[in-house]
Amino acid sequence: MFAYHLRLGWHSLRDAPVLTALVVGLIALGVGMSMVTLTIYSTMAGDPIPAKSDVLFNVQIDSWNPQSPWDDDRPTSAPAQLTYIDAMAVRELPGAERRAAMFKSVYTLVPDSPELKPFLTGGRMTDSDFFAMFDVPFRYGGAWSQDVDRTAERVVVLSRAINEKYFGGRNSVGETLTLGSEQFRVVGVLDEWQPTPVFYDVNNGAFDDIQDIFLPFSTLQFGELDRSGNTNCWGDENVQTWDEFLNSNCTWIQFWIEVDRPTDVAVFQDQLDAYVMGQKELGRLPRPLNNPLMDVNAWLQHNEVVSEDNAVLVGLAFAFLAVCLFNAVGILLARFSGKASVIGVRRALGASKGAIFQQHLIEVSLIGVCGGLLGLGLSALGLQGVKRLYHGYDHLVHLDLTLVATAIAIAVAAAILAGLYPTWRVCQVAPASYLKTQ
Amino acid sequence: MLKMKDISRVYQTDLIETHALRSLSLSVDDGEFVAVTGPSGSGKTTFLNIAGLLEEPTGGVYELDGTEVSGLSDNERSRIRNEKIGFIFQSFNLIPDLNLFDNVDVPLRYRRMRGAERKQRIEDALGRVGLKSRMKHLPAQLSGGQQQRVAIARALAGEPRFLLADEPTGNLDSLMARQVLDLLEEINLQGTTVVMVTHDAELARRAHRTICLLDGQVTDLNPFGGQPNENHGLAVGQ
Repeated sequence: MFAYHLRLGWHSLRDAPVLTALVVGLIALGVGMSMVTLTIYSTMAGDPIPAKSDVLFNVQIDSWNPQSPWDDDRPTSAPAQLTYIDAMAVRELPGAERRAAMFKSVYTLVPDSPELKPFLTGGRMTDSDFFAMFDVPFRYGGAWSQDVDRTAERVVVLSRAINEKYFGGRNSVGETLTLGSEQFRVVGVLDEWQPTPVFYDVNNGAFDDIQDIFLPFSTLQFGELDRSGNTNCWGDENVQTWDEFLNSNCTWIQFWIEVDRPTDVAVFQDQLDAYVMGQKELGRLPRPLNNPLMDVNAWLQHNEVVSEDNAVLVGLAFAFLAVCLFNAVGILLARFSGKASVIGVRRALGASKGAIFQQHLIEVSLIGVCGGLLGLGLSALGLQGVKRLYHGYDHLVHLDLTLVATAIAIAVAAAILAGLYPTWRVCQVAPASYLKTQ
Repeated sequence: MLKMKDISRVYQTDLIETHALRSLSLSVDDGEFVAVTGPSGSGKTTFLNIAGLLEEPTGGVYELDGTEVSGLSDNERSRIRNEKIGFIFQSFNLIPDLNLFDNVDVPLRYRRMRGAERKQRIEDALGRVGLKSRMKHLPAQLSGGQQQRVAIARALAGEPRFLLADEPTGNLDSLMARQVLDLLEEINLQGTTVVMVTHDAELARRAHRTICLLDGQVTDLNPFGGQPNENHGLAVGQ
């Protein structure tokens, strides 16, 4: 019967092309709008590293002003970043499998070819554990060794994009490139990698592209670099030199650890608290003890990476879908009422109410599938529009298989919802009243 | 085959109550060909709708083929309609956007019959009414008489025990009407019980007996003259 009803449904859609187009268009419009907002929202709100999000922890230390909290609206919040002094100390604490200090920077990349002009490119100084900790894939080579985290060799890991641009995509491991006035040896080239959001540094563009250049954190010792990330300071410190900056109360370093066993989290927390207590004895860190370790999802939530506005937008889009459905109900009612006489004949010839219900439900499902497919097209167009209008949304706006399936499912569910009342109504047709007058 | 006892049907609105059938009792035996006549508003169509399980009576007992059918579920009533009853309507009631094959196919589909058997029955039924060669045509491409023959083929394909015809020749010219009536007689001769509602005296006379309705009740008055049930000496079933 399913195949028969499917054939009847298809037949019916073709027989009333204008009404079909109207209902399909309405559903497609609602689904398209909903999918655009849902796609962006689900990408933004998704777990950027599901396999490890519960073993990676952001380290915070409340090193802020004793007179006022870091965040007036949330007085119990600690600063999102660490001072250099604290970062270097936390680096030495036992208890974590992996650890990485990091900050955002910017470099002038000087091409070898005189035909190409030097250009600025974003970078990140970090420790070697960064790559293993965050499951960063490599196309060529790998991370620098842990020794480099102490010995400060001039080595570099490149993003796939900058390797394409600078080395034409070839295996550049072993080659050198010039950053500012210094030569750096390439030890690794990343494969395609774009965590969304960029959870490890949400205060410096959570939805930006990853940096192109990764340098050892230890190369800080070569002198001042062009930091480009968020820096927050308090008090009346007179910071004039690079060394003064490193020893200041300014927070600018993100710090992440990987702790594989839950019990070790408590161990690390104890170590961290002990460090802070020790600093208090030395007259530092005067605020109450507040050194939270937050896993990836808690960290993203704490920083409100996805604002409430996005959820409201999704809600509005679905409200628009509801309006479309409301209109579709009217059209379907008219469409099905027009078929009352044929339904009367079918009922007379032995179709039960259930069979008529199934037939029309399959017909509206078919409308849903068509609406879903057209809605997907509109979604793709909408996402392209978002891409063109808003910089930084490039990796947020793509339809994957899950979302395609979601779109079709939403469209079919929406069509069934819209068709439920008209279908129920049509099943109430008293066959006798249409047989005489057809 | 068909037994009705004290059947009543009342249509109610907020303002008025219309008694379409009042304590109607009659019976039709297996293999009979019965004409039901009466003036407009006498309850002929209501009788036919109740007989065909298209409507439920307000009161009374209705037995079809030995089964008490009042109060059956919609599924049960639909199944009986599909398996035991064939309908022929004045306005043919073919589905306009389906070709002849698919129109005849409709009742067989609801019987969940296998494809090969359906095809065979459809071809046989259309062959029997002389329209096998036109089974890919749409109803609109046929004359009125041909359309009614398709409707008969649709009724025959299900091999019903009971054929209900509502003014089957009402929209046809006399030649076509005669052909349709010949077909009904042939079907009846092969064992199918036929109940036909008609205004047409000639048609009524060709039935085994005539049942006259007036104000929702069986009456002895024959609108065509003579006694109502004297066609073949059969009595009005009560």
